[in-house]
Amino acid sequence: MLKRIAAAAPAVLVTAAVAAAQAVVALPAAAQPQDWRIGFQEPATESARAIQDFHDLLFVIIVGITVLVAGLLAYVIFRYRASRNPVPRDFTHNTLIEVLWTIVPVIILVIIAIPSFNLLYFLDRTQNPELTIEVTGQQFSWVYTYPDSGITLYSNMKQQDQLEEGEPYLLAVDEPMVVPIDTNVQLLVTASDVIHSFGVPSFGLKTDAVPGRTNETWFRADRTGTFYGQCSELCGANHAFMPIEIRVVEKDEFEQWVASRQTAAAASAPAMVAAAD
Amino acid sequence: MAHGPEAAAGAHGHGPAHGAHEHHDHKPSFFVRWFASTNHKDIGTLYLVFSVIAGLIGGLFSVIMRLELQDPGVQYLADGQQWNVFITAHGLIMVFFVVMPALIGGFGNWFVPLMIGAPDMAFPRMNNISFWLLVPAFGLLVASALVGDGAGTGWTVYPPLASIGQPGPSVDMGIFALHLAGASSILGSINFITTILNMRAPGMTLHRMPLFAWALLVTAFLLLLSVPVLGGAITMLLTDRNFGTGFFKPDLGGDPLLFQHLFWFFGHPEVYIMILPGFGIISEVLPVFARKPIFGYKAIAASSVVIAFLGLLVWAHHMFTTPSPTVVLVFFMMSSFLIGIPTGIKIFNWVATLWRGTIEFKTPLIFAAGFISQFTIGGITGIIVAIFPVDWQLHDTYFVVAHFHYTLMGGAVFAVFAGIYYWFPKITGRMMNEKLGKWSFALMYIGFNLTFLIQHTIGLDGMPRRVYEYPDVGNLVLYNRISTIGAFVLGLGILLTVINILRSVKRGPVAGPDPWKANTLEWFSTSPPPDNNFDVIPRVRSVEPMKDIRRQIAYQTGTGSEAPPAAETLVRG
Ligand SMILES: [Cu+2]
Repeated sequence: MLKRIAAAAPAVLVTAAVAAAQAVVALPAAAQPQDWRIGFQEPATESARAIQDFHDLLFVIIVGITVLVAGLLAYVIFRYRASRNPVPRDFTHNTLIEVLWTIVPVIILVIIAIPSFNLLYFLDRTQNPELTIEVTGQQFSWVYTYPDSGITLYSNMKQQDQLEEGEPYLLAVDEPMVVPIDTNVQLLVTASDVIHSFGVPSFGLKTDAVPGRTNETWFRADRTGTFYGQCSELCGANHAFMPIEIRVVEKDEFEQWVASRQTAAAASAPAMVAAAD
Repeated sequence: MAHGPEAAAGAHGHGPAHGAHEHHDHKPSFFVRWFASTNHKDIGTLYLVFSVIAGLIGGLFSVIMRLELQDPGVQYLADGQQWNVFITAHGLIMVFFVVMPALIGGFGNWFVPLMIGAPDMAFPRMNNISFWLLVPAFGLLVASALVGDGAGTGWTVYPPLASIGQPGPSVDMGIFALHLAGASSILGSINFITTILNMRAPGMTLHRMPLFAWALLVTAFLLLLSVPVLGGAITMLLTDRNFGTGFFKPDLGGDPLLFQHLFWFFGHPEVYIMILPGFGIISEVLPVFARKPIFGYKAIAASSVVIAFLGLLVWAHHMFTTPSPTVVLVFFMMSSFLIGIPTGIKIFNWVATLWRGTIEFKTPLIFAAGFISQFTIGGITGIIVAIFPVDWQLHDTYFVVAHFHYTLMGGAVFAVFAGIYYWFPKITGRMMNEKLGKWSFALMYIGFNLTFLIQHTIGLDGMPRRVYEYPDVGNLVLYNRISTIGAFVLGLGILLTVINILRSVKRGPVAGPDPWKANTLEWFSTSPPPDNNFDVIPRVRSVEPMKDIRRQIAYQTGTGSEAPPAAETLVRG
């Protein structure tokens, strides 16, 4: 019995050790699952950082409570086993301790609740969007429209034979969403068939794409790179095959990209319409 | 109050409880005993056998799923639709055809009447139809997976995926299966409420009622309040699919989110429907094997009521990404937090029950301790996902899979196993093998934690749930392999108990009426009890009538050192 509880303690230690080791490992370029990671993906927005800091606080609290309960349970079972404590007591309640274990959790929950609310209002929506992108989920790909510049991207997962060096299968797409760094990006998320969900872990972003509704969310990426996410609501047979790839670039690079896309679109407008159909 | 429903049942030719007795005075044929049964114990046995069979089928689905996930890429399945059919079948089978029938139909039927000193359930024929509605429901569900493309909607059946996304008859069959299972649950819960409120032994006030009966009473009310809402929601889905209505279709003015609200209004209480009877079992097992009265009887009973009430007010925390207005999020975050408090009270009461007891390491106690340690983790990760901003990261990832398996597998299913080992002697008259039981526990405990602890990590790392292929990046493959190995260890542990049951039914040592020296009235009868349960029913003076009786006997035969306490001091709380 005790062995069982004891087994939990090393797990926690290992967890802490791995977390520490992870902190010293250099950051890789793309945001995706990493070796030996046991926590969240490396954050790239203030929102994700706030969420993760908050989660880390919660993690300490819940590990504390879990260890307390498991420790108590182990102690009680070991200490009061029949061979060691042959005469049981007969008490049935103790008002003080009962009040205590009602009040203390209330206090802990209040401590948790206050930062939750602050975070909630912070994440809710951005005050002044600098760039708006319409995101439409469909079976089984994403469509990104930049209404200000008239660009539309049809973002499909790359098959294995299309992958370039270092691109992960099931995450890389042919047309990633491209956004500038340090810019408030507003996303207007919807779907054209069934419900999908637009989730990018390193941005702290997850918003359902619901047909008939437009859900607003936002992010502000503070480092460049490639960030992967996946559809996070079961949407049919190929639910596993509609990844999200966001490329965060410098602002001038973004301007160039927009310009090149607009000239390309102007040159092949009829072709684009055909492709869309 | 009792006369209304009894009279109504009588009008349809269903006799009330005492009518059923004459029927049991002769030995019924096999067919009459098992197919036309009105005896709560036989019906309870049917439920238990049914849930074991359904559990093996549902477990087989999960083994195939874990096999598929042990490597990235596609190994065993034909395509994503087949995977979706598997996750749907696994979820629905485990919820509606394993956990609920085992805890409510099985143990509830067997032991609520015995524990409260009743000869049978209030409506024995309705009890029979409750069980026999479940069999065709299960048949329809299994058949739906085999017909056409199957129902690949997830157990949540969200439209529009469940309407325009899944043509063919499978989803309709699944809906009918849920209709039947729901009708079965509603009839069953009416039966439990009537039985518990009207048929308790003399002297057994509500404050002296065993905590398992309390749990079943609260569960029955929850079922009655929530299952009809599910019935309504899936009926609307059915008409959306087949008769041109547009409740959930945006192009016809409907709203897919309406379904989610209705579904989770049922779905969240459903979680408590599955766990409250488990709480009840733990509250029965601990005092018996700690040889000490339950700590805080009234607090445990009251916290069940509070949990049930709050459980009806938290549904939208399953919908934090839909998204909702901020004020709605705040409300549902707060109400979800609040549930943590009565749940915590229960856990501390259980530990305090063991405190300064004389703990006997029998298999039921070990499973109960395993339950407490695992349910604590499942409960506390529930607080994490109830926090809106954090849930934004974790929603629909493997973290959620880990969380609810800690409550439903590590919690409810471990409680079922505690119940099996605790009550098997009463049901069959024979003891189960302790050694095999402990091996089964050890494998299940290690296997369960190996399978699901790592899934928290998989989820934090960003792997969504309900995918059958995942990118070969980071350590996802390693983590998933650990999980798959754990699933096999867990499965082996479960099989050991199945073997233990099959062996002990015929060859276990004879148990006698009260092998555990337990506290509640089911142990007052023989093992297994006769058709009418009790020839005489003792007057109940406390929550531990059997302890009172043992003391009385010891006192009167001069073997006991102390006089039995006066009736008043026996009232615990
Ligand atoms: Cu999707």
